[in-house]
Formats: sequence, structure tokens, C-alpha cells
Amino acid sequence: MDFNDTPAEAEYRAKVRAWIEANAAEYLEPPAAPYGLDEFVARSKAWQAKKHDAGYAGLTWPKEVGGQGLSPMHQIIFNQEESRTYVPTGLYSIGLGMCIPTVFTHGTPEIIARYVPKALRGEEVWCQLFSEPVAGSDLASIRTRAVRDGDEWVVNGQKVWTSFAHRSDFGIIVTRTDFDAPKHKGLTMFIVDMKAPGVEVRPIRQMSGSSDFNEVFFTDVRIPDSHRLGAVGDGWKVALTTLMHERLAVGGKPRHAPGYRTLLEVAKGIETDTGPAIERADVRQRIADTYIADEGVKLTQMRALSALSKGAIPGPEQSIAKVVVAKTMQDMSAFALDLAEGAGLAVTPGSDLERLQQSYMWSAGLRIAGGTDEILRNIIAERVLGLPGDLRPDKDTPFSQLKPL
Amino acid sequence: MDFDLSDDAKTLREAARKFLAAEAGPAIARRAMEGDAPHDAALWAKVVEQGWPAARVPEAFGGLGLGADEACVLAEEVGRSLAPVPLLSTMAVIEALLLAGTEAQKAQWLPKLASGEAIGCLAWSEGAKSPAQMPDARLDDGRLTGAKSPVADGRSATVAVVTVASPDGPAMALVPLEAPGVTVAPAETLDLVRRAATLTFAGAAAEPLGMAGDWVTLSERLAVLHAWEALGTAAAAMEMTLAYAKERQAFGLRIGRYQAVKHKLADMYIKGELARAHAMHGCWAWGSDAPELAQAAAAARVASLDALRFTAEESVQLHGGIGFTWEHDCQLYYRRARQIAGALGSRAHWADRLVRALELRNRAAA
Repeated sequence: MDFNDTPAEAEYRAKVRAWIEANAAEYLEPPAAPYGLDEFVARSKAWQAKKHDAGYAGLTWPKEVGGQGLSPMHQIIFNQEESRTYVPTGLYSIGLGMCIPTVFTHGTPEIIARYVPKALRGEEVWCQLFSEPVAGSDLASIRTRAVRDGDEWVVNGQKVWTSFAHRSDFGIIVTRTDFDAPKHKGLTMFIVDMKAPGVEVRPIRQMSGSSDFNEVFFTDVRIPDSHRLGAVGDGWKVALTTLMHERLAVGGKPRHAPGYRTLLEVAKGIETDTGPAIERADVRQRIADTYIADEGVKLTQMRALSALSKGAIPGPEQSIAKVVVAKTMQDMSAFALDLAEGAGLAVTPGSDLERLQQSYMWSAGLRIAGGTDEILRNIIAERVLGLPGDLRPDKDTPFSQLKPL
Repeated sequence: MDFDLSDDAKTLREAARKFLAAEAGPAIARRAMEGDAPHDAALWAKVVEQGWPAARVPEAFGGLGLGADEACVLAEEVGRSLAPVPLLSTMAVIEALLLAGTEAQKAQWLPKLASGEAIGCLAWSEGAKSPAQMPDARLDDGRLTGAKSPVADGRSATVAVVTVASPDGPAMALVPLEAPGVTVAPAETLDLVRRAATLTFAGAAAEPLGMAGDWVTLSERLAVLHAWEALGTAAAAMEMTLAYAKERQAFGLRIGRYQAVKHKLADMYIKGELARAHAMHGCWAWGSDAPELAQAAAAARVASLDALRFTAEESVQLHGGIGFTWEHDCQLYYRRARQIAGALGSRAHWADRLVRALELRNRAAA
């Protein structure tokens, strides 16, 4: 056993680290104040262009579409080095992590040539238009309708939970093109121009107070048939490509989120009825629990990484990361805030307790985003342990005739 | 990055699993439970023939000189098969000698332990005391006094590592059990397969083994060893329950279709994977003598106890009434989970040690 890089990995890491140190010098510390949206977008675009021009964009993508054709290990090393800094990357995680791989897997050569290079350099921002108010975990229940009209399709409906829709140039959208087919069979995927007439983006304010998502309304939006991804009726298959990439993208603990060290630090500063918090058995047990969960996920990911560097393909085993991390964040944050009594309720900007308050608010969303705790447990039970799937009584009925049991 | 067992260890694990699937398992454990022997002598002879007690013993002392990886996979397979043999107890004494023994002590005992001529046991437990608390047992001028109970495999053993009081914290003594002044009596425990004893010492001849701090390090290495054992036991209980959930029907469905059932099994898997990751980390820290051992061993112990307890309890639950019967194998895992939890310091004790290790590390970093 050896936690060190192989010589080839070490060489690549050194090269990446030197490049990042030379090019991300202004991001070595967290920003003094959070960026406004305009500044965030501008900085994200500048950083992505820099990466692209230095050959650090699309590391695992095929060379034919402008990628570097490298292994997932290279990507992981780059991500590890990049996440030592505070460079803004979130603007592209969905577009480059999920949308564009779907575009170059299912698009025509003309579509790939038009969209992939500009996306990779960060010049155009992409969003993913999947979830709807009536279709969350059960994505195949979507109702946004696309009707063919000559060489075009006319789209009507509503999408929700769309990150960066208001700053996106394009999106991939899954629509229902046949209401008389069973739910999974009547879907078709398109590329939609987010600036087209009839597209209206409205921000959603989350319970955390910030607005990171949108709802998007489509009213008679026209999409040329050339912008279809995959065959008519094959939208589910195309969407699975995207979701497969999502499982890889949504993983461990969010960068810079509080963990067992935060709880340890907070506990050191609190005096309770029965003495210093850090000496209390329940506090120490909770620190241990948090360590077991967070470090356990990290070590599990190292096991997966080791398998990856020997050529194995990551499987659904990775589903444990988010299930563990999100609930641990919620439990640990609530525990720490309780420990601080009134100070855990009062908001003191810049404090550890404020980070724990943010983490408490965010973790509620993290337990849902990218597969709920319940869906992920289903995935583990069915795909890893081989248990039979949930009954799906709606699977073979024409969508237009579905009634709830 | 190579956070994985060595190929040699994996090969040994496969061989051990195959051997124990044929020679041990729940039926053999049940036979031991219903008999009166201190261990399954016929199976032990075969285990010795496989060379497993010799695994960690250096070649110079007649052993195979294998690493921590190999010790860990053997513990895992003993845990999986519930094999009623004193292998882990013997390995504990071997580790104590490797860690703290003089050349003379090693020369006297390691060849015998490797060849099966001697069987070891670890006698630290005194009532409600944790492994860190000062024992009442004393070693004065080569004479050992005190009582230890329960001692796993104490009836089988011919030599014991015994913890004793010292000015610098609990220390260890090495004592042959066939000498005058030693009384060995059966001690009843919840685990009916791995038999235990009460050892009473009335001035028995004994030698000091290492320094006081060595007990701390030994308990960390053994925490890793028993974490692997717990992984194996939890895996066996989970596999049995998984098979049942795929076959048992209720309300017209296989019960594994119900989310209330499948999510419990998913949680067994999640806890098992976290425990395995920590156990691997512990194995690495042990094998490479890393300063992270205190932290990694405590985490391995806590995570593995969590996984094992959850799996053993929910295995009974998911089997329903049949799982609560004497005849069903659920009780073997349920009882063994208690044995593992009680045999080397509780979850709470090790969770506290984990936090202590994290505090020390943070202080060192600051």
C-alpha cells in the first residue's frame, strides 16, 4: 500500500502544480468578499480560457472533439491541484461535466463542430434542462411537450432546478414528443438556444436565501430538427448518458465545507454546564462519528482511485459518497450549533459558526440534489447488491393514460 | 496511489476463504457451540498445517515473515467463517513478542507459536475496566498476581500476554500457563463459539514484556486486526441476509423489493464500505509503522464496530421470527458482534482515543 503517486502521476502533478501556481496566483486565498454574479462569470470565463489555451480543458475527452485524450487519473490529479486554490469553476461543472459529453456522444459532426470547441474554451455557457415540477426523482415523468412542425420543433412547458440558466447560452432539454407511448419511450432530447424567443428564466430563491437555481418557461420555442440529440423517442437513452456523468460529478464533500476539524475547533471555545465542551463525552463521540464518515468517504474514494489507476472503471459503488457526506454535514452542523446555544442561532459573519449555519442550510439541499438519499439507496441496493427493483406499475402504459395507483 | 492490499495478500485471502468455506462456517461453529471443547482441535490442526499462525513470525524463528496485509486478511476470513480456532489470540501474542519481546523471549516462543506447539491468549480484561485503565494485576520480582476475565481462548492457550500495573501505565507480562500458580477456569460469555476463561495468577512465574507504552501500540495493532475480523463477520451476516431478502416473499413480492428492506441492506453496505476504508488505512499504518497508527487504528475499530453491530442487529430484524430462533445462524453473528465489541475496549473508549489522536495531531501541526 502506498499513498504516493506513481512516478508518471507525480510528474504530471508537478507539471500541473507549477502551472497553477504560475497562473492562479490571485486565487491562493479565499476572496475577501463573495463575488457578484457578473464578476463571478467574468472570472470563470477568464480561468476556463486560460486552462483551455494551456491544454488543461477536456482532459479526458477524445482528441477528435478537442479534448486531450487523457485518463480519468489525469483529470483527478488536475482537480485535486485546482481545488487547493479558490479559482471559480462552478459555472462550467454542469455544462462541461454533463451537457457537452452528451452533445459529443449523440450530436452530428456539424453540431459537434459548432458547439463543443466554444463550450470547452468557456465562451459559451451551458445548462441542463431535465427536472420539472412534476418530475424530480422520477425524471421520465416529464411533460414538457415538443411538437414537430416541418423542419422545426415547437416546445412548451416548464423546467426547474436549472443552475445558471440566466447566464447560459445553450441548454440540453429533454421533452416528450409522444404522449401515447409509455413514459420512457416518448422522450426526445434537443439543444435549445437559451436566448430564443419564448424562453423565460426566473430565479428560484432557495431556503438558504441564495438563488443558485432557476425555473425556465418555454412558450412556443422553436428548435431546428438539426439540434435534436439522438433519434426521436430515444431521449431516455440520451438522458442516461448525462446522468451517468452526473453521478461522477456529484461526489464527496463540497470544497471547503466544514468537517470534524471545525467541530473540534468550535468545541474548544465553548464552556457548557458540565465543563468545557471538548471534554464532554457526547461531543467527542460526535467528532469521532464525523471523522469516520468524512474520512471514510475520502479513503473510499482513494480505493476507487487506486482501482482507476489500474484501469478499472468506477461503478455505482461511488454512490455512497453523497449519501454519507450530505447527512453527516447536516447532523454535525446541527450538533455544533446546538452546542453553541444562542450563538449557534445568531448570525456572525465570517465565524466558524456561520460556516456551520451555511452548511446546515445547504446540506438539506445536498441530500436531494443529484439523486436523493432514497434514490441513491435504491441504486446501491439494486445495482451493487442485486436486489429486485421497485415495482413500476406505470412502465408499460401509454403516458396519456397514466393514473396513479 | 496504490491504496489496495498487496497481490500476495489477495491471493492468501482467496485461499483462506476457499479453505474455510470447506472446513468451517456456521455449521462448524454450531458444533463447537454445542460441544464442550475449548476449540475445534481437528480444524486447528489443519489451520496450523496451512501455516497461518506462522504468517507474521520472521523466517529466522521458523515463520513465513509476512506483513500486516496478510495478517489482516486472515483475520477477515476467520471473522467471515466464525472458525472456532485460537488463531487471532495466538496472533495477538505473536504481535506482542514482535513489538516488545527480547531476543530470548522471541527465540523461546515464536517457533512454538508458529508451529502450533504453543497457543497464545491475550489477558487484559478486568471487569468494567477499559484497556487504558490501570489493571489490578501486578508483576513483582517475576511473580504474577491477579485475575483476568473473560479471556478469549484462555482454556486453549499455553502462554498468555497479561497486562499489569506499572508506574508508567499498563504494562505487559509474558506468562506460561502450564506452570504452578496459574488457574484456568471456564468463563461463560455471550459468545458460545469462541470460548473464554478466567485466569487467576497466584505468584505464577512471569517475565516483563517490553515497556509500558508497548501495550498502547499493541492494542492499536490489534484494533486493526480485529477491525478486519469484524469486516468479515459483518460481510457474512450481510450476505446471508441479502440472500434471504432475494428469496423470502411477503404480500406477493420478494421482500427485497420493499424500500424499508432494501434501504437497510444499502445501509449495511455503506457502513461496511466506510469500515473497510478505515480498516485498510489502519492496515497501512500498522504495516508501515506510520505515526498515523493511533488515529487510523481507533477509526478502524470504531467504524468496524458500527458496521458489525448494525449488520448483526438488522440481520435478525430482516429475517423476522425465524431469525430469533435458536436454530437460525443469526444468533452466531449477533453474539460474535458482542464478543468483538467487548474484547478490546468499547466503541466509546476508542472514539475517545480517536479524538485524542486528532487533537495531538492538530497540536503538532499548529
